[in-house]
Amino acid sequence: MLSLVVKRFVGAIPTLFIIITMTFVMMRLTPGGPFDTGRVVSPEVQANLLRAYHLDEPLYLQYFRYLKELAHGDFGPSFTSKDFTVTQLIRQGFPVSLELGLSAMALALVVGLGLGTFGALHRNRPADHAVIAFSLIGIIIPNFVMAPILTLVFGVTLQWLPAGGWGNGHQLAYKILPVIALALPRISSIARLSRTSMIEAMQMPFIRTAYAKGLPQHLVLMRHAARAAILPVVSYLGPATAGIITGSIIVEQVFSIPGIGRYFVDAALNRDYTLVSGVVVFYGCIIVLFNLIVDVLYGVLDPRIGRR
Amino acid sequence: MGGLQRLKRNPAAVAGLAVLGIIMLLACFGQYLTPHAIDEVFWDRISAPPDIDAGFYFGTDANGRDLFARTLEGARVSLLVGVSASLISLVIGVAYGATAGYLGGKTDNVMMRIVDILYSLPFVFFVILLTVYVGRSLSVIFITIGAVIWLDMARIVRGQTLALKHRDFVEAARALGASDRRILMRHIIPNLWGPVIISVLLVIPDAILTESFLSFLGLGVQEPDTSWGVLIGDGAQNMMGAPWSLLFPGGFLAVTLLAFNFAGDGVRDALDIRS
Repeated sequence: MLSLVVKRFVGAIPTLFIIITMTFVMMRLTPGGPFDTGRVVSPEVQANLLRAYHLDEPLYLQYFRYLKELAHGDFGPSFTSKDFTVTQLIRQGFPVSLELGLSAMALALVVGLGLGTFGALHRNRPADHAVIAFSLIGIIIPNFVMAPILTLVFGVTLQWLPAGGWGNGHQLAYKILPVIALALPRISSIARLSRTSMIEAMQMPFIRTAYAKGLPQHLVLMRHAARAAILPVVSYLGPATAGIITGSIIVEQVFSIPGIGRYFVDAALNRDYTLVSGVVVFYGCIIVLFNLIVDVLYGVLDPRIGRR
Repeated sequence: MGGLQRLKRNPAAVAGLAVLGIIMLLACFGQYLTPHAIDEVFWDRISAPPDIDAGFYFGTDANGRDLFARTLEGARVSLLVGVSASLISLVIGVAYGATAGYLGGKTDNVMMRIVDILYSLPFVFFVILLTVYVGRSLSVIFITIGAVIWLDMARIVRGQTLALKHRDFVEAARALGASDRRILMRHIIPNLWGPVIISVLLVIPDAILTESFLSFLGLGVQEPDTSWGVLIGDGAQNMMGAPWSLLFPGGFLAVTLLAFNFAGDGVRDALDIRS
């Protein structure tokens, strides 16, 4: 178990370095750096600016400086939000984004697994077809179409729920629509995956044995089938995390939620180089971390992995 | 051609391919179906609902421009980005996957490990990063999207190459003294068309989605050019008074994605290739 954790941890390091290095390379090697604003500045001012940000040093020194700063959690100052460092902005937005993302993930798991199992148990009957049709909706209607439609229907026309904003952070009503909008595509994928894997699991000999020894259906499902059927869903959690983070950019934008995703889009529109790069590295780390957790979880759930 | 017959017997796939054909025709020749130019402003019709008699089939947007003309122009740009990006990813993916699969051993291990690592990265973020640094032109968008979505292609092509490289005709070519390069170019790659068609069908909707995502946020295609993403973004801001400006482009995008989904599944089943 411990060796598995260590092994996966070591395996995650190259990914992290690739993310950081790619970001660094893009930051430094693209023409028209952050000071290329079209304003005419004297060569002395230009040189001072470059020195102030250590841009006059050789590239490898800049790279090591960048790594050192990252290791201290320092993403540098924001170029457009004066008086704020990137770290401060990330720290402000992250709790909101994290709550949104985790709630959406939890909802997607519960509803997705429920729908998938339900479809598998009623295989090829109307209920199953309904599940398949529903899961298609989440795949063909992307977040950026679904989120405005949800606002329009439930926020504006029916006025059941607030059409945007995050309230004071403790009001459930503000969270319902964004969480649903973010969870829908993931519900679809998880329902599809778990339906297929549940159908496969139910055909295994040990399920027949469980029925034969007289176990009631819910125990067969919970104790035997679910354990085998959950594995593909667990390995999907990695890509799902990436999808939730990407989707949260859209959802935060549509619902005006003060999370990292909104800062990120504003920063990209205003070409705030440090903030954009900082958020990319930060999200990269989060995704690597989640993949690590998922890998270890997979090893715990599937004893065959740990022994390899 | 057993594959083609199997494909014909799958109604969902046939319908999907037919819808794709129609949308492609609309994208190419749609400009002849409407008297209005995409940037013509009708001051007396700001956010007007659909009016068939006057020739505004989908109504107008917040700037008084004909939404039908703009949706078809959006189809043209979105499909163009999808196809160009998938062609770029095709070149990279086939070259990379065929090389890894053919050389095998350690080289294959290292090359596919790199693909695994890249696979777990949040690529949309790197595309956004690139548009921030390089700028937001249409060619930048499809080159960057193409450069980041070749991974699926590489995986599928590699698997197929592994299966091909011990076949008799490859052994025969080798026995005749053909070089690795010649075997790859003349014998392996021409036999990869099946999986490559499938990957293209899988990759195009991916590229269209990525482009729409960027354009929705204002980071992709820029006015006065348009695409489905731009139209959906405008429509979302304008939907209170003019829901049709969101629903028509959104509907077109959804139908296209659905058609690609059915067509891709159908072709995969027909060619019987598991990736």
